[in-house]
Parts: sequence; C-alpha cells; structure tokens
Amino acid sequence: MKTIRIFLLLTVVLAMSSFSVDIPADDEGYRIGDLAEDFNLKNVDGKMVSLADYKDARGYLVIFTCNTCPYAQAYEDRIIALDKKYKKKGVPVIAINPNSPEKSPKDSFEDMQVRATEKGFSFPYLLDEGQEIYPKYGATRTPHVFLLEKKDKGNEVRYIGAIDDNYQDETSVETRYVEDAVDAMLGGEEIRITTTKAIGCSIK
Amino acid sequence: MKLHITCAFFVILISCKTDGSKKAEIAEAGETVRKLPPKEAVTDGDLEIDVYDFAGFEQFLHRQDGKTYVVNFWATWCKPCVAELPYFERLGREYADKGVEVVLVSLDLHGTFEKKLLPFVREKKLESQVIVLDDPKQNDWIPQVNEAWSGAIPATLMYNKTNRMFYESSLTYEDLENNLKALIDTK
Repeated sequence: MKTIRIFLLLTVVLAMSSFSVDIPADDEGYRIGDLAEDFNLKNVDGKMVSLADYKDARGYLVIFTCNTCPYAQAYEDRIIALDKKYKKKGVPVIAINPNSPEKSPKDSFEDMQVRATEKGFSFPYLLDEGQEIYPKYGATRTPHVFLLEKKDKGNEVRYIGAIDDNYQDETSVETRYVEDAVDAMLGGEEIRITTTKAIGCSIK
Repeated sequence: MKLHITCAFFVILISCKTDGSKKAEIAEAGETVRKLPPKEAVTDGDLEIDVYDFAGFEQFLHRQDGKTYVVNFWATWCKPCVAELPYFERLGREYADKGVEVVLVSLDLHGTFEKKLLPFVREKKLESQVIVLDDPKQNDWIPQVNEAWSGAIPATLMYNKTNRMFYESSLTYEDLENNLKALIDTK
C-alpha cells in the first residue's frame, strides 16, 4: 500500500515536473526524411490543387504563409523570386495559408485573392480550410518552408525552416537556406543545413 | 516490480530536474554572461526603450540575483501576444513583493519602433520593463533562448536560480500563475 502511495505521489510529481521542464514544442509534425502527405486545397483561382497535379516536378517548396504577418509580408517578394528561379527547374512554390479566417479575418479566402493579385503571385496560394494540413506538416509559424523531394516512395521532406538568415534586409543575407537546400537536392549533393529556426507569427 | 517502477520514476524525475536547471548550474559554476549595453535606445518624450542585439540581450536570460524572471516574447503585430499582455502586467503587479519581475521583450520589426512600438507602450501604459530584441540572426539565437522553441510567438520563459520553464503558446492568467507557482515552489 505504502509503495502504491509513493508511486502515486511520484506520478503526480513527475506529471507536474514534466510540465514544468522544457516541453519540446515541435515534437509533432514532419522531420527530415519523413514522407509528406499530399493535400487537395482550394487555390485563389477557385481550382483545387494537389502536389500530384505536378507530374513533372522534381520536388516542391511548400510554404506556409499568410496575408497578415509582417514577417510573411517581408518575405513575399523573396517567395516570388524562389518560384521564378526554381519552377523551371522542377521545384515550384506551393503557398498555403494555414490561418483560420474566423480567428484572423484578414486571412479570409477573399483577402487571399486580393493579396495574390496585388503582389502578382506566380504560384498557387491555397487555403488550409479546416486547418488539417498544417498540423500534419508541423508548421508552427508563418512563413515556414518545407522542401519536398519527389521520390518513387513519395515526397520526402528534405528541409524545414526559414528562407534565409535576414528577414530585415535582403541585401544583408549571408546564408540563403532554401536556395542552398534546393541547389544541393537538385545537384544530388548533401544538404548542409536541413533545419533552421526563425521568428514568425504563430498560426492562428 | 513496484520498487523497480518507483526507481525508474526517481531516475526520470532526477534527470528532468537536472535538465531544467542545467543552465543555472553552468552560470553558477562561473560562466558569467557579460553585461553589454543596448545598441541603441528609442525615445518618445519621457518614454525610453532599449534595443539589444542578442549578445546584449543574453544577460536577461541568466540573471542570478535570487529573483524570478518572467520573460515574454511578443510584438505589437502579434494579436495573441497583445491579448495576453494584460495577464503579464497583472502577474508583475501581484507578485512584485514575491521577487517576481516581468520583462516584455518586443520582437517588433526594425524601422517600426517609433511608429508602432512607442505609441503602443504609451497607450497601453505598460508598467513592466519593455525592451527590444533586434537581431536578424534568428537561427543562431532562438535555440539559445530554448532548444525547443520554433520561433513562433507568443513565447514565455520563466526562470530563477534553480528552475527554468519555457512555453511556446498563449497563456491565460491562470496558466501563468500556476506555472509561476510551480516554478517558485519546486526549489
């Protein structure tokens, strides 16, 4: 009986302490090497888009971004540049807005259409309706990039993180994480930096 | 068998504790964080906010003066962050006599401090200390705040000499108070 009591006490203490110590916040979602699920989401042009639609793709830059986040806005032009550079090499950008329009009204489908037109997005900009896709990927913020490589077994996650190392000033960028990763992937070389962290707006 | 399980729990328990206070021990063991001055200050009348790069900011993560620090990472553009600021203000007021100090670390974008941050702090009459962390090398410093942090805000670090906790989520006043109590009580 006494043992059970100690056991119970310890369980309680353990439960409390496991909350009080650092909880890995990113323990869900994909890791490097995982196979990413395809999706079927509505684009700003009203058509449904899936990764499987891109028959000739060698990979994908799945980027979770939105209308409202200043960091996402700071990277919009760089996302367009990425699509321009890599679509022709078989790695198109697929942008997904993971925010719930109910919680973030300016991230509504209509507002996405306006933003896409204003900025002249050359890539699909999809709404994660029902917010089912971003938790599977493990996206936590916007912008959050997932580089996938199309392989026989499926779409393998090769890079997760930020676009580059300076959101403030593109001219001061020292490491272009995404470009380095895509170049290495296409060249059949090892990707040197596979995950990076950045401040971003938490997904609402 | 029961004894074995109990032991196992003890081991886990101890290893958790060690993990949680590792940094504090390192600091006590002699590794001192240099106190660097802010790289600039932004002012609006009598309101002055210091702006730090990460090297200068690091001192706020490792203060060893017996107080408990609640360090909240926020920004004026982050709605859930703004929503929970009143809880941090209240916590700072209600626990001031228990040696608790709240530090609000703004991650507002460079170039918006005068237009956005200063008017916001003035309008909301924020009583807690507000500083700015302005360092674009985020991939280098985010893991130094906490290994598990993805970089999403709001995020909150609580620490004293013996314990550290980190939360990458929105918190209610109740969450804050419970977390703070747990941190102070488990010495």
